[in-house]
Formats: sequence, C-alpha cells, structure tokens
Amino acid sequence: MSTLVITELMDIEGIDGIDTYVKNKGYEGLKKALKEYTPDELIEYVKASGLRGRGGAGFPTGLKWSFVPKNPGKPKYLCVNCDESEPGTCKDRDMVTYLPHQLLEGIAICCYAVGINQAFIYIRGEMLEGYEILEKAVEEAVQRNFLGDNILGTDFSLDVVVHRGAGAYICGEESALLSSLEGERGFPRLKPPFPAVEGLYACPTVINNVETLSTLPAIMRKGAEWYSSLGTERSKGTRVLCLSGHVNKPGNYELELGASMRHLIEECGGGVMGGELKAIIPGGASAPMLTKEHLDVALDFEAIAAAGSMAGSGAVIVINDKTCIVKTCLNLDQFFEEESCGKCTPCREGTKWLVDILTRMVNGHGRPEDIDLLKSVCNNILGNTFCPLGDSATSCIMSAFKYFPEEFEHYAHHGCSILEGKKEMAKS
Amino acid sequence: MSDATAKGLLTEETKTRIRELMAKYPKARSAILPALHVVQEQLGWVPEEAQDEVAQMFEMTPAEVRSLVTFYYMYHRKPVGKYVLKVCRSISCWLRRSEDVEHNLCEHLGIECGETTEDGMFTVVHGECIAACVNAPAIQVNDRFLLDVDPDNVSEIIDRLKAGDPRYPAAVESWKRPEESKGE
Repeated sequence: MSTLVITELMDIEGIDGIDTYVKNKGYEGLKKALKEYTPDELIEYVKASGLRGRGGAGFPTGLKWSFVPKNPGKPKYLCVNCDESEPGTCKDRDMVTYLPHQLLEGIAICCYAVGINQAFIYIRGEMLEGYEILEKAVEEAVQRNFLGDNILGTDFSLDVVVHRGAGAYICGEESALLSSLEGERGFPRLKPPFPAVEGLYACPTVINNVETLSTLPAIMRKGAEWYSSLGTERSKGTRVLCLSGHVNKPGNYELELGASMRHLIEECGGGVMGGELKAIIPGGASAPMLTKEHLDVALDFEAIAAAGSMAGSGAVIVINDKTCIVKTCLNLDQFFEEESCGKCTPCREGTKWLVDILTRMVNGHGRPEDIDLLKSVCNNILGNTFCPLGDSATSCIMSAFKYFPEEFEHYAHHGCSILEGKKEMAKS
Repeated sequence: MSDATAKGLLTEETKTRIRELMAKYPKARSAILPALHVVQEQLGWVPEEAQDEVAQMFEMTPAEVRSLVTFYYMYHRKPVGKYVLKVCRSISCWLRRSEDVEHNLCEHLGIECGETTEDGMFTVVHGECIAACVNAPAIQVNDRFLLDVDPDNVSEIIDRLKAGDPRYPAAVESWKRPEESKGE
C-alpha cells in the first residue's frame, strides 16, 4: 500500500470539523512553520521537499513562491485554484469536501512564507456544497485564530475569502482566473508579465492548486526530507489520481509518483470494465491518448511526457475496445468547443470546425479528404492561441491519428464506425 | 413592465447581501459574479431588469453585466423549473452512458434538453464536466450532486424529487416573472 500524504486523514469521522482536525494534529504544521522558520527559510524548505504543482503544469512550488518580489510596495495575493473542471478530474472536490481545514492550513503556510495577507479561494460555481463547507471552515479557523488577525500570537495576519465562479472551464487557466476574480469575463492574458509580478489587481500573486496546498501541512509535520523520499527522482511525493471511465472500481486513489498505470487500473481499479483495454487518457481531457502498450508507464511527470502524453491534472480515463475512437474525439472536442472563451480566433473557430467535421464523419457523411482537413485545422490551432485550451482540443485527435488511424479511414471511406455491428457502451 | 422596473425586482435583503459581498474585496467589482448568484437565488433566474439593477449597484453599464451573464453558463437568462437537472455529458460520464441518462430523463418528462416542463417543475440541461467523474454518470439538481445515476431508472429520481424526499435536493421556489410581480 502506498504511503498516504494528502488523504491520510480523509476517512476520519467528522474530520471536516475543526475540533476533529485539531485532534488529529491539524494546524500543527502551521504552528511549526510560524515558530521554527522565517518566511525565507520556509520557501527553501518547500523547495527542498521537491513539491511540484498539482494543477497540471507540475511547476516546483517553492520556486514559484520565490519569484514573488519581497517588498513590492503593494499588496500580495494568493489565489487558490479550485476551479476543477478538466474532464476526468474530481480530486479537489473531495479535498474541499472532506478536508477543508487541511487546505486552509496549507493556505496559511503558503501565505506566511510569501508574505501574503489576503487569499482568495476561487471555487467553481457548480461546487455549491464545497463553497458552503469552506465558508464554515474559514469561520471556524478564524474563531480559533488559525486565520484572521495576529495568527497564534504572531504578527502574521491573513484574511481568506471564498469566491464562487459561475461556470466556465477557462477560469481554471490561471490568468483567466485572475480576470474572472476581477469581475471580468474569464479571458486569458498574455504572459509575461507573470502573475508572480503582476497578477490580481496588477499586484504580485501566487496561484496554487488545492492539492498542492493541501500537501503542505503533512510536509511541515513530517519533514521535507521524508516527503522527498517518496516518489521518483524528479517527481517527488504522492498524488491523487482520479480513475474514471471503463474500470470496475473508479475512484480517487493516492499513489506514490512512479506507480504504473497498470497498478492503478488493475490493482486499484479492479481492471477494465466491459471489454479489453483500448486507450488511456492519462492526464485529463487535454492529454494525448495512450494505449495498452503503455500500461507499464509510470504515472509521473517525466515518464508520461516521455511516452508522448502529459500527467496534467492526474485524471486517468480508461476506454475499452467497444468504444469508437472517432466518437470519443467528438465528445472531447465538443467540450473544448463549448468551453473555448472565444478570445483567440484559431481556438474559437478551430474547435467548431473540428466538431463539425467529426460530426459529419460520425453521421456517415465523411469524405476521404476530411482526414487531412482535420490535421490541417489542428495544425492551425496549435501554438496560435493565448492559452493552452486550443492546443488541448487537438491532443485527442492527433494522438488518435497516431494510434487508431484505421478508425478515421473507415469512417471516411465507409461512412460508419469500424466497430459497426459490435455493441457499444456509449451509444451515439 | 414600467411599474416593475420602477419598483425594482431585487429585495432589500438581496441588496444588503450584495453590499456585504462588495465589502469583502479590495475592489467591489470582484463581487459581481457572487452578486449575480444572489440575484438568481432570489428570482430563480437573472432577468435583464435585475441585471440593470445590479449594474447600477456596481456602477457598471448594463452591457458590461450582460457580457458576464452571457459568458458564464450558470446564470439562467430565462425562467427555469423548480428543479434544474444538469446532465454531465463530458468524457467520463459519456463513457458510462450519460447520453442515455439525458435521453431517458427528457423522454420521461416529455421535453427536449434545454426545455422546462409545462407545470414549471423540471428543466433539463446538459452540462460540461461537473467534477464527479469517479461517480459517473452524474447529474446535478439545483447545483447539488446526484452520483452513480442508473440510466435505466431515471424515473425514480423524478418521483423522489416530486415527493420531496429529504435525501434529495430541495426545490427552488418559483420565481415570478416581472409582469406577475406587477401590482403587488
């Protein structure tokens, strides 16, 4: 069994309440940080732990914090990214629902290290329950002086505001999140300037994912050395993997980085449901597909990248052999079409074209030249947009062309799925 | 219409809550999305007249508020039923038959996706990934989760909602159209 870092306390009855959390060493990590470390030392400590961001990019957390100017002459902010919307991903929701105080403790540790007195938790609007739980948790933490003014008798103060979004995938992109939090449409911004220098209200801003911050209390309690002993050489620690799709036991499983997809799917997930394994999307809908040939690839940032995909949000989506890959691509790209914010033409128009062409194929009116047309549209999106959403829309198609070209060919030449006659899980 | 506008749709309570939200942020405008949620809580949807009142409170133009209400999916721009059933259609739910969930719900209720039943009870809409992928297929009813839905037994959901089953999400009490609140 893998060592549990983030979800260790999750099964304790009443752990979402502050009393139970405190009884189980809750806020000990914050106390240790405040008592034993200066902010600069704390940043070095988190760097030494090897913790990398769990939102998708895997950027080293301590390093990110160190980019924030020490005395900018204006306020500094923390924005907690809880706009979890990447298809396949539902770990942050569990962390907010079951362990809200672990997140708040992580927020306080981060803010002490970076010298921040105002934090915002941007939670997607659909997570109404999570919003209510966090509001209550913040109130409890303020009452006990883990948040608020002069925390635990120090001169460190921190105000935390829980902010509800209103339904827009794009706001999970950090610069769009800032636009949204400023009361604008969630349009991404061109970088530089990076948020560390000019973020919320043009002030220095740290943006961290819920899971990243939720890891900090355990690192403080058990030590950076202990944390960095977990995982692989470059991907330290554990991560919560969301296993969904055609598996017998879907669920959120915390595993040490370096565990293989085979372990996750077979040991944790009880194997593939309803057929044989056909494809795996290893890092949320934005990640390129892999196949059963990749079952022994480790679920860490480097190994997945070397296999031609990305670890992304840690969402592992399993697809069985009764599923049509062209229809799968259509479903994925309907998502990106719907969620394109419309700012950049290649993404706004390109995703629509991808959906139109794929729909035509699925409806039996595909033409041989559609395959080159799909490739051409993908190539015109790739690299030509402000944010990664456009590129993400091409991932499924480009990888499907690589591994399952015959499925597109079949549609283009025969007007039906290569699986025609076989029973499908998802009817369309 | 003119009467309703003159009187305003937003209650004093709603306005007070919005002012409290504005005070929480370094810049009041940051409270605009939460404020529109408060409006929707009161009215069930966000009519243009209400958008205009919000615009005034935030010292924004009505067009600026429109641009937000049309950008973010959660704001209803027309009246909806007491129960809004949002069916997730994204990949993890799709792989586990979300299309059947949507189809069977609509068929049972006798409406198309996006429509409201004639009695004003139910609206079915589709949603993109609602972060319940390991409990697919999932739906939301008035922003509360119903997980591991059985696509072949969606009528039970409707029955339980109609019966006011306390384990199921509660109804949002009916909104009033501006013309209906006239003269009150």
